[in-house]
Amino acid sequence: MLSIFNLHVTVGDKPILNGLTLDVPAGEVHAVMGPNGAGKSTLGYALTGRPGYEATAGSASWDGEDLLALDPAERAAKGVFLSFQYPLEIPGVPAMTFIRTALNAQKRARGEAEVSAPDFLKLVRAASTRLKMNFDMLKRPLNVGFSGGEKKRMEILQMVLLEPSLLILDETDSGLDIDALRIVADGVNALRSPERSMLVITHYQRLLDYIRPDRVHVLAAGRIVASGGPELALQLEAEGYDKYAPEALQGAA
Amino acid sequence: MAAVKETVDAVVELERYKYGFTSDVDTEFAPKGLNADIVRFISEKKGEPQWMLEWRLAAYERWLAMEEPTWASVRYEPVDYQDLHYYAAPKQKEGPKSLDEVDPELLEVYRKLGIPLKEQEVLAGVQGAPKVAVDAVFDSVSVVTTFKAELAKAGVIFMPISEALREHPELVRQYLGTVVPVSDNYFAALNSAVFSDGSFVYVPPGVRCPMELSTYFRINASQTGQFERTLIIADKGSYVSYLEGCTAPMRDENQLHAAVVELVALDDAEIKYSTVQNWYPGDAEGRGGIYNFVTKRADCRGDRSKVSWTQVETGSAVTWKYPSCLLKGEESSGEFYSIAITNGRQQADTGTKMVHLGKNSKSRIIAKAVSAGRSDSTYRGLVSVHPKATGVRNFTQCDSLLIGKECGSHTIPYIEARNGSAQLEHEATTTRLSEDQLFYAQQRGLSEEEAVALLVNGFVRDVLQELPMEFAVEAQKLVAISLEGSVG
Repeated sequence: MLSIFNLHVTVGDKPILNGLTLDVPAGEVHAVMGPNGAGKSTLGYALTGRPGYEATAGSASWDGEDLLALDPAERAAKGVFLSFQYPLEIPGVPAMTFIRTALNAQKRARGEAEVSAPDFLKLVRAASTRLKMNFDMLKRPLNVGFSGGEKKRMEILQMVLLEPSLLILDETDSGLDIDALRIVADGVNALRSPERSMLVITHYQRLLDYIRPDRVHVLAAGRIVASGGPELALQLEAEGYDKYAPEALQGAA
Repeated sequence: MAAVKETVDAVVELERYKYGFTSDVDTEFAPKGLNADIVRFISEKKGEPQWMLEWRLAAYERWLAMEEPTWASVRYEPVDYQDLHYYAAPKQKEGPKSLDEVDPELLEVYRKLGIPLKEQEVLAGVQGAPKVAVDAVFDSVSVVTTFKAELAKAGVIFMPISEALREHPELVRQYLGTVVPVSDNYFAALNSAVFSDGSFVYVPPGVRCPMELSTYFRINASQTGQFERTLIIADKGSYVSYLEGCTAPMRDENQLHAAVVELVALDDAEIKYSTVQNWYPGDAEGRGGIYNFVTKRADCRGDRSKVSWTQVETGSAVTWKYPSCLLKGEESSGEFYSIAITNGRQQADTGTKMVHLGKNSKSRIIAKAVSAGRSDSTYRGLVSVHPKATGVRNFTQCDSLLIGKECGSHTIPYIEARNGSAQLEHEATTTRLSEDQLFYAQQRGLSEEEAVALLVNGFVRDVLQELPMEFAVEAQKLVAISLEGSVG
């Protein structure tokens, strides 16, 4: 279970998360929605240990493991994966090389046997076929010259191959057309399992038509201000985030 | 992919420069200092012909009249030329007939070096080892020369230059000093006077050398300057690929390394010269470490001749070298692919000169500099087009990658185009190792050092690809090892 309690995070002295509390039990998919600037991406970065995102109070644990005490690579080895909103380009490093290096680094950290090149190749072929990706793209430097949609698909491919247990998707739908969205969602849904937890961060409800959440939370002004079932997402789509604007929240408080 | 894994492994395993050892091979020294008698001593030790002695003495006279240059952007403690040994040789009565006869200490040194790829198997005579001929230079004298017979069958001459002076004096005399004249520069003059040994290669017309030629140089004896001399001649229509790799043991005093390499390519000949340079760079404060002041030049005298320099420079406290091409032949072609990595207090001033004298000659320069720690790296290059050289083309690309905030990187390209038909292109970039990219790789499970190694290997990939396969793997490891402790 992902368990976040009263988490405060600052970025360069600026408080972004202000006492965020959220539990995602194993096997569940939770969506976090909210207006721009609410701290959605910060949540993803704080959970994965991005430098500069400092937790000043509160706690975050995955499977009982204190995430905040681990460095980013250790968190990854514990199964934490972030699908980036803006995936980075890595010039000169073929996508396949990158993923295999990462996979084996994780395996070493967990004391598992590394994957051989031929075995890895089989895994990649299967996964790329499933995600309808051109295999040749995997020989090219990671994300260099890829379209926005291709980059997002590459994130999901990495996710499929690294087999994480805590999946954080940050605005995965942005940049995807409807066909690509369906393919990506299928890839994500295939990873649903009783041991895995997913945190789907999104501004729009659209993605949730394809990745059905168990719970939906509204993140505004750095904390969870409302929670509900999938219907909450539809309500947000219809009404917008106005009532969660800082002024409105202040008035309610 | 395997190479990347090995890189990562190497990063995990290695803590510090692991070649910081010296072995206890008995060394026979010339007395310290430099004078005409030392020059005579060296020449006599090697049983050289009279003309060679005269050549050396003339070089010595020229050197005396020259001043040490200071134009490079490097700083170092002055060298006391009278405080160096100019000759040191492992004691051996006769040349060894087989590996069994080789001093076990020497073999131990190769074992300790660890990296020497397949070459160590070749040295050890392992069955099925690849055919890489090794002319192993231990200190100043070649100890083992393998595969000579097979090369001889192809007509290729590959031997220590001291031996070539005895067996093929006419060839050596015809070409020695014709590419890098004795008076070319201070260090070339010094080398000409006191060079101890090095490799000599001659590939006859139309012959494709049947194997990669490889040499390992090491500095081992304390305070011994190293003055290798290499001469490679590719006769008409021939091809040869030569690999040179270096590593040196840890020392307190600075050690001078002033090699001269001359390449001659006749009509339609091609020479590929690859270097992996990993001399001891000094400690974290910059103490010790090698001064690597090298003159490397290729003479593309033949029409359609081609020379390609590829270098991976990760070692030395101070590096000062410009492997260059004189493109005299029509449609001759020169290439320079370079990776220069500096860390700690290392300084490198390196680049190339492409001198276009022949019509339709072309050149290509890809230089990648990676600077970390408090190091300083300069690319200095010249592309020059002679008034009569029409149809010249050059492409130059210089990329710098900075790691951390205390290092420096400079690009100084000189262009002299005296013919209007020349097409010269120059591209340059300077980037800092991106923290976003680092985090991205770390989020996928790589430690910080693994992430740096992967990103830097990506940055230098274009050049690594120019290296022969077995060298590329080693170079990739070196890239990672050289940058240990450069972040955080």
